[in-house]
Amino acid sequence: MTSTSVELGTPTAVPAHQPRSPKPARRRSRARRGVSGWVVLIVMLVIAILMLFPFWLALSNAFKPSAEYIQTGPLSVPSTLDFTALIQFWQGVNFNQKLLNSVIISGSVALIAAAISLLSAYAIGVGRIKGRVWILAIFMLAFTIPQEALVYPLFILTRDAGLYDTQLGVIIILSVLQSAFGTYMLSSVLGSFPVEVLEAARIDGASRMQILLRIVLPLTRPTLAVLVTFFFIWTWNDFFLPLVLLPSAANQTVSVSLGALSGQYTSDPTALAAASLAGILPAFIFFILFQRTLMRGVNLGAVK
Amino acid sequence: MTLLSRRANPKRRRQPMEPTGGYWAYLIPGAIGFAAVVLIPFGMNVYLSLTRFRGVGTPQFIGLDNYTRLIGDPTFWASFGNSLIFIIAMAIAPTAFGVLVAALLFDFIAPRFGTRMSSVMRAMFYLPQILPIAVAGVLWKWMYQPEYGVLNSIFDAVGLGALKQNWLGDSDVAIWSVVNVLIWLQIGYTVVVFMAGLSRVDPALYEAAELDGAGWITRFRVITLNQLRPEIAVVIITTSVAALKVFAPIFVLTKGGPGTSTIVPAYFSFYNFFTTTQVGYGAAVATVLALLVTVIAVGLLLFQTRNSEGFEK
Repeated sequence: MTSTSVELGTPTAVPAHQPRSPKPARRRSRARRGVSGWVVLIVMLVIAILMLFPFWLALSNAFKPSAEYIQTGPLSVPSTLDFTALIQFWQGVNFNQKLLNSVIISGSVALIAAAISLLSAYAIGVGRIKGRVWILAIFMLAFTIPQEALVYPLFILTRDAGLYDTQLGVIIILSVLQSAFGTYMLSSVLGSFPVEVLEAARIDGASRMQILLRIVLPLTRPTLAVLVTFFFIWTWNDFFLPLVLLPSAANQTVSVSLGALSGQYTSDPTALAAASLAGILPAFIFFILFQRTLMRGVNLGAVK
Repeated sequence: MTLLSRRANPKRRRQPMEPTGGYWAYLIPGAIGFAAVVLIPFGMNVYLSLTRFRGVGTPQFIGLDNYTRLIGDPTFWASFGNSLIFIIAMAIAPTAFGVLVAALLFDFIAPRFGTRMSSVMRAMFYLPQILPIAVAGVLWKWMYQPEYGVLNSIFDAVGLGALKQNWLGDSDVAIWSVVNVLIWLQIGYTVVVFMAGLSRVDPALYEAAELDGAGWITRFRVITLNQLRPEIAVVIITTSVAALKVFAPIFVLTKGGPGTSTIVPAYFSFYNFFTTTQVGYGAAVATVLALLVTVIAVGLLLFQTRNSEGFEK
């Protein structure tokens, strides 16, 4: 190769590239930024900012007095911080109650689903019981089956069992559905659990339960943390089953109460912005808190 | 490597000391839950799909009537036709866009402006993913509102009033408005997965290609797309399954309307269950959807089992 253009393919090719450095990690080291680099940066930034634009609109308009919105439209920066719309929404739907409901349901589901997953995965991954591949495949149906194909019978069954319109009913159902994915993930993690450790514990006379609680549980805690985080957020965002199985306002979650809004408030634009903001806030807080776990988990789920 | 060595020596992980029988007990909670929440309800759903049932009284067995009615029902076909559009919106478009964004972030932004810049941008792309879909729906419903909504206000402000639309109220436009929201929601997922995939690719491949004088586009086409093949396959299958099941955005944004222009199978069965209380018919729609999704999901499972380590038969 001659010294000209290693980047012929790009429209804005840089004429002379930095001489090749001997380091193997060169590709990630800061090479010269070059025109193409800046063009890509600017294009990407514009797209990224467009992605965030709706968030900004919700934030700025939630605090805009509605008279000002009608005059200056959604793009103007509010001249005063007006909390009226937010407070009205918060009190109108009793948002504190919804937050509490969502925390109770999501927290319980996350923990129960992780516990079920760990038990099943222990039998499959460590116990290596017969037919485990088939068992897993069947469990996975719980994760892939459309909830529409379960919802009417679940509605009948919970009604007959006195669990309809109770948080307990939704917690049980969502825990089971989510544990399918957890079982799948954990089984492959436990399947590669160091056999030597298990053997050593067995020789020392540890029972299966002791091995699970004292050895497997502590060593799989990082994966469990990812699972609990994901279960929590999935449940928080879940819409369909809570919509059907928790009809009364006092039991509703944040997601359902916001989804049920559609239709209401349509005459008051800042109220919709305020409602969006109220829904965004908890999700945003989770994002900040769990960003690293989320990024790790997305990939764990995708390629495992 | 590890995969190969394990394959070659499948007995390595067997534990000869102890029979595996006692481990079945640990499967009990999961199995009971599965039976109560998935197996029995799905069986009941299949049964209901063979009956006429108005929600009260006793279901009346009518054989396959609901299914023959489905075949002649244009709404049913419209709902699956829209599913194809949503597969493009949630699987194909975000994957194509995600690969490109991930490669650009990885090849241009990270080496020249630092990994911090690229992770910040990755987070910006990912942010819509964290929103409950219901919240995204409320937000976009407001953006799309015809009189005072954001989009139409912007068009007015820049003098392009002619481009104003009744975004969710016009049956030709509504589905594309929903598609736009779904693409916005999905891109973050694909970008994150593909960036992680790229960090797995051996940089030597790119260096060799650079030495051979391959430009960025050639390297992208030949190396990036090939090396990311497992991730692309998994992402396309999982998001296609999600697209077939899509419900919440439709419920919040359009309720399937105007007319049946944005109806999807999930919403169609929900509508039959709880709005028109034709439970048997709704159950038939749900059963068909379940079978279709399962076929695709089984493909996914086979693919993943083949690729995951430590889990050979």
